[in-house]
Amino acid sequence: MELSNLIDDRPGDGVFRVHRSAMTSQEIFDLERRLVFDRSWLYVGHETELAEPGDYRRRTVNGRPLIFIRGSDGKVRVLNNSCRHRGAQVCRLDQGQAKSFQCFYHAWTYDNKGDLVALPDEEGYASGFDKRQYGLKSPPRVEEYRGLYFVSFDEDIADIGTYLGPVREVIDLTMDSAEALGGWYVIRGTAKYSIKANWKLLVENSYDGYHLLPVHKTFLDYVSWRRGLTGDKVADSGAPLVSRSFAVPHGHGGMLHQAPGRAIANPSPLWTQEVNDEVVRIRAENIKRFGELRGRQMSEVSRHVMIFPNLAFQDSQTGFRLRQFFPVTHELMDVTQWDLVPRNERADLRASRMENSLAFLGPGGLATPDDVEALESCQEGFAAGDEWSDISRGMQREPKMTDELQMRSFWRQWHALMQKKKEIVLTDDRRRDGSLFLDLGAADGENENVIPQSALS
Amino acid sequence: MISMAEKVTSIEPVFTRSEVEDFLYYEAALLDEWRLDDWLSLFTEDAVYIVPTTDLPDGDPSKDLVFINDDVVQLRGRVDRLKSRHAHREHPRSRTRRFISNVRITDCTAGVAVVEASFLVYRYRSGSTDPFVGQYSYQIIRADDQIRIKHRRATLDLETLRNHGAVSIII
Repeated sequence: MELSNLIDDRPGDGVFRVHRSAMTSQEIFDLERRLVFDRSWLYVGHETELAEPGDYRRRTVNGRPLIFIRGSDGKVRVLNNSCRHRGAQVCRLDQGQAKSFQCFYHAWTYDNKGDLVALPDEEGYASGFDKRQYGLKSPPRVEEYRGLYFVSFDEDIADIGTYLGPVREVIDLTMDSAEALGGWYVIRGTAKYSIKANWKLLVENSYDGYHLLPVHKTFLDYVSWRRGLTGDKVADSGAPLVSRSFAVPHGHGGMLHQAPGRAIANPSPLWTQEVNDEVVRIRAENIKRFGELRGRQMSEVSRHVMIFPNLAFQDSQTGFRLRQFFPVTHELMDVTQWDLVPRNERADLRASRMENSLAFLGPGGLATPDDVEALESCQEGFAAGDEWSDISRGMQREPKMTDELQMRSFWRQWHALMQKKKEIVLTDDRRRDGSLFLDLGAADGENENVIPQSALS
Repeated sequence: MISMAEKVTSIEPVFTRSEVEDFLYYEAALLDEWRLDDWLSLFTEDAVYIVPTTDLPDGDPSKDLVFINDDVVQLRGRVDRLKSRHAHREHPRSRTRRFISNVRITDCTAGVAVVEASFLVYRYRSGSTDPFVGQYSYQIIRADDQIRIKHRRATLDLETLRNHGAVSIII
């Protein structure tokens, strides 16, 4: 199969198919690590993980061992975790605080800015040997947006702001939404699990509104049952909830939908009156700070976004989390999930937030295990030999959140990079302009939404 | 400084190790046989079931991310889900076999005993073998002459859930 034929993309005919060798071929996997991952921006960590000078986290990004660290000068850096002498990993703990790292092999010592500051018997080296040339290396590019740090192994890649493009508008909504509560921080505890499937299947799954009812029936039943137990504390307006999906340049995309049960800030039928009063207060505060339009978007709208290629940015009724995944082989990926919470959130609201998060998300939730099962089942099913996966849903209508526009956006960027193309011809199926805000005034029944409001509480 | 003798006498002789072991083996059998409603009846009304993340064994559910932090209502929901044919990760059900050892009663105050034990839960399904290894920490009481669980925490020794993919069974 020629690389150029891996995707059959014909918007005029309503056809979009992906050749399954993209998920089953070792050869394509080897290529995509170099052509896709090494030519994109890859998330490495959030600034709040490094609160104090010397704080560090070990991270593996596209197979590369890195140290995400705040130096004693307060600056955040990303250093290669590999001694310049012979290559041993100088940082041996997953996280901590350090003034320096001494390589255990020959005791070369680096400070927390990455500079080589000491080595035994330095006189043994030739007179031209200059320690200053032997600091720990960094990936070619390290940049930050709203506290999110990214690295790229492509010297010439566009800056992170340009790369994110219109997605910044969505990130900004979430980041600003916690301003009144002291901003977001990453809590301790990381969900690390694997899925025996090609990593691109989790890209698709992360913003797939179409699978929600069949895959997560037990979760939706659970929520209905809980709602029955507690009684409806918040009246169901009965109005349809607005939703849509979107696609933007550089392969990012997502689904947006109006949702009750957002800790910031839309009440839930499952929460106590006191918690809901606090939620209403936060919503009012955000409208005061950011105006009616942005205040309502940040409060009422859940955002499931994939930042190309492998970072799921999810601000939903199950909380705010970042989920990153890397392929280990073409049929195995490692997944890491971090939850973020507002610094000054009231304890009862925090408990409600985390209950929502744990009920759905993560390896112990009532929903994520079934996603894992679905993806592994697809990967096993590919062995049957059928050649194509269909991703054409919604290709010739306004994109609903149960459509697949967002996935096509990913695949188009992936395909362009695999063919070493600088420009992609088509991001969306059609030309579309304007903001990524949902039209919250348009809940007039025109907007199909197959998810019952009760299921989203 | 509490002498060893004082320490021992401060533990009320409410539970013996052999009866606690019998209880844990019974519980394991209920889970291996997927008698989940019977298993649920072992808990007190105020019970919790906690599984911390693999990177933070001492995780505190009130402030840290954990895999599972169920009260009895949530546990009921978890059990009902597992009994459904729509719990895709466990339909068809996995085969499990639990080994429990190193059982110790480490404290007993005001009728509440703290029990520590090692566990190894093998899960077989779809051609995969997933061993869950770790330590249980229980708080148990006696009510109506039955042992009941107030607190059940399963702390995994695994570094990640690489290959397991999920904690879809009760561990």
